[in-house]
Amino acid sequence: MTAAAAATAAGRPFAGSRRLSLSWTGLVPFFIYTALFLFLPTAIILVGSLTDKDGSFTLVNFGPDGIAQSYLLRTLLASLQISAVSGLVGAVAGALLAYAVATGNPRGVLRRTVTSASGVLAQFGGVTLAFAFIATIGPASFIYETMKDRGIDFYANGVWLYELSGITLIYLYFQIPLMVIVFLPAVDGIRPQWREATESLGGNTWHYWRYVAGPLLTPSFLGCALLLFANSFSAYATAAALITQAGPIVPLQISNLLTSETGRAQPGLAKALAFAMIVVVLVVMSLYTLLQRRTSNWLR
Amino acid sequence: MSSARRFRLQVFRIAVFVVMGLFFLVPIGSMFEFSTRGNSATAPRNLDAWLNIVKTPELSEAIIASLELAVITTLAMLVLVLPTMVWVRLRFSGLSRVIEFICLIPLTVPAIALVVGMVPIYRWININVNDSILTLAFAYLILVLPYAYRALDAGLSAIDLKTLSEAARSLGAGWATVMLRVVMPNMSTAILNASLLSVALVLGEYTFANLLAYENLQVAIAYVGLVDAGTSIAVAVASLLFAFVLLLILSYLGRRQAPFAQAGAADYDLAQTVGLSGGVIGRAGR
Amino acid sequence: MRWGSLTRHLGTAVAALIVLAACGGTSGGGTASCNAKTATSASDCGGMDSLVAAAKKEGELNVIALPPDWANYGAIISGFTAKYGIKVNSANPNGSSQEEVDAIKQLQGTNRAPDVVDVGMKVALANTTLFAPYKVSGWADILSGQKESTGLWVQDYGGFMGIGYDPSKVPAINSVQDLLGSAYKSKVALAGDPTKSNQALNGVILASVANGGSLDDVSKGVDFFHQLKQAGNYVPIIGTAATVKAGTTPVLFEWDYLSTSHGKDISGWKIFVPANATIGGYYAQAVNKDAPHPAAARLWEEYLYSDEGQNLWLKGGARPVRQAAMEKSGKIDAAAAAALPKITGTPQFPTQDQQTKAGDYVAANWSKAVS
Repeated sequence: MTAAAAATAAGRPFAGSRRLSLSWTGLVPFFIYTALFLFLPTAIILVGSLTDKDGSFTLVNFGPDGIAQSYLLRTLLASLQISAVSGLVGAVAGALLAYAVATGNPRGVLRRTVTSASGVLAQFGGVTLAFAFIATIGPASFIYETMKDRGIDFYANGVWLYELSGITLIYLYFQIPLMVIVFLPAVDGIRPQWREATESLGGNTWHYWRYVAGPLLTPSFLGCALLLFANSFSAYATAAALITQAGPIVPLQISNLLTSETGRAQPGLAKALAFAMIVVVLVVMSLYTLLQRRTSNWLR
Repeated sequence: MSSARRFRLQVFRIAVFVVMGLFFLVPIGSMFEFSTRGNSATAPRNLDAWLNIVKTPELSEAIIASLELAVITTLAMLVLVLPTMVWVRLRFSGLSRVIEFICLIPLTVPAIALVVGMVPIYRWININVNDSILTLAFAYLILVLPYAYRALDAGLSAIDLKTLSEAARSLGAGWATVMLRVVMPNMSTAILNASLLSVALVLGEYTFANLLAYENLQVAIAYVGLVDAGTSIAVAVASLLFAFVLLLILSYLGRRQAPFAQAGAADYDLAQTVGLSGGVIGRAGR
Repeated sequence: MRWGSLTRHLGTAVAALIVLAACGGTSGGGTASCNAKTATSASDCGGMDSLVAAAKKEGELNVIALPPDWANYGAIISGFTAKYGIKVNSANPNGSSQEEVDAIKQLQGTNRAPDVVDVGMKVALANTTLFAPYKVSGWADILSGQKESTGLWVQDYGGFMGIGYDPSKVPAINSVQDLLGSAYKSKVALAGDPTKSNQALNGVILASVANGGSLDDVSKGVDFFHQLKQAGNYVPIIGTAATVKAGTTPVLFEWDYLSTSHGKDISGWKIFVPANATIGGYYAQAVNKDAPHPAAARLWEEYLYSDEGQNLWLKGGARPVRQAAMEKSGKIDAAAAAALPKITGTPQFPTQDQQTKAGDYVAANWSKAVS
């Protein structure tokens, strides 16, 4: 193809309606794939939550005998609490770490090590992670015993490691690396010209962060925090290993209801719970969208 | 940068790295310590737990299967997700929230519930298409969506996509050239991070493979771990180290393909755009 | 003329060869005659040899939820492979009984569906429509109360609920009430979640019976664990081999055959089975009706109930279902039998109704009791 022909081909303006129909084809592969492997399973879950053991339609799983039972509502609140705290703390700590990494040598070993380690640890969880923390700061661990000998008994009021605050701490172990990985490209986008511009206008570090870099990074930061929230909300393998208190968080309840050995498996209720989780994240996403609109309306 | 500010920055960096380093490395250290314990309080330390790993016959098959799955999933992710995101940004900015939500759903539904929904589909695939473990890539691509979307989105926000693509198009580039030679080199960090996350996810994935009765790396590890307490922890540490070294190697590969992106931060101005377009014109002629 | 006689001779020779080949074929065991899918015993399949041949022809066996350290299954699987050369694919080693029957349903029609399952009694009774009837060679040695009459499920091994402990970390346990003492602070755990795990539920039943309750009344057990929690002695994590070795759960409620495996990490590990609360439980074997490898599945059952298989379970600390018959015939592994934890009380076996009732009560009240 000669340069001239290429230029003509690219430069020809699209007619209005034809342009739209051609553009849509670009989205087709993605939507077909997600329809088949995401929407279809989700629909199967929803249908499963609306049918009972004999296959007939029922709303039982969504009513007072279903997900509105008090112990399930309590687990929902506990899940929300853990997710919010670990999401927020993880987002802030991860952002700090991402900034510390981004301000270093972009080709250096430190940056590569941190990003590789973050990639690995972001997916680390489950029984082994729970055990790692138990072995490190649990009641039979070396650290606890040494501190106790020096007079500091941090389990004096009960072993918090085995409770919701312990789960939250352990969740940070994969939340922070996840934040580093997803937020780093945004931090990389900070340009030195912004800093120079702020200083040439007489601003200091506080002005820079409050009025320039902060607002520019906020949309990405919020998006990543949302990801962390959703990640923590659906994580259960770690909590499952840690706690035998009848599923204090929603995903554990779902797991119990699907695979219980004591004959208490209720797949319909489990699917209703799964669907409720989707609804919760939908609500949080809407809040996030509203927030985004406020903070980014001057970016474009 | 003033020297006072440089000093403050260095103090900040050192503080962050020390605190985070302790937080992340100490638990791994205690796992390693546990895996070298002997059979009773007085028995000497040994590496028996680690040797058990090497003695497992099916582990190598599982490792190879997982690596293949990682490659397939990462490539499929880049081919499916990145062009869609670019396309949405350029033409359908109203749909961006929809895409974002779609890409977040796999994270909101716990794997154990999602696999229940996928089982009928997999049964169909196994009976009519193929029985091999590589069909797991279909499911893994869905699992990878939230992380890939977020990493790529952060990268796309940092470049001025509209200007770059319009400049390239007006200079005669086809969409393939725009994607491969204009957009992707400018997003190398984001693409690398999305790929790292995909590989790590596939290597660390357990629930789907387990419930669909396939033996991937994590399922094989779980099996090995049931032989002995020390081995279960040794095998977890070994898998972490394995994935870490793999990702480290990958990170060195990523850097080579960025001829125009200097020193990491997209230090971008008009001169760069012209330079980029020059590169595009040079190749479009052939 | 010569052609004619040659043809006649050749024809006779060929006919003779065919007859001989046919005779040789049928006397060789006739895999064609073994329809493993509908065989209800080895004789249905033309005898053990033809069953073995059919199984070897299939070449593989799919099992599920068989951890290698559970009742010595690791040795059983490698013993089976060594004896018959059939590859064993072991899926979902940590799976529950419910997950096993779910896998049968979800993988139906594929090559990866489980051929055989080893499930708790409750799940076995609830899912008989998924199983195929099969009577192993040792059928007569098994009590009628421990098998389904046509062989849809057959009990395989069992044990008693015990309290394992590390004597170097806690004082000797002589009764369940000892656990409330201050020496056991932050040391007592269950091996699962009682609202989900059969094993943990039986641990609570043991606590109930030992504290004045009964198999019909598990409330005393839940109360006991509540007291343990109040005293600060209860550790709410799931006890595993790793947590025992790390010293986090030095006292663990577990089936006795699982508890014995801690002996290799903690020399001197002891198991206490209360005389006034000897709670026993058996698991059951079943063959998948639509097994992808029906002959191998049936051969596996034969292996498990053979003297060799039963003795391997015995070595793992479990009580095999043919133990009484093997003791009489002298084929039992005497050393392994002697190493079993001593049972001094009268064994009690909760029925399915009692388990269900206990499960419902625990599900409703456990979280309040221990949080």
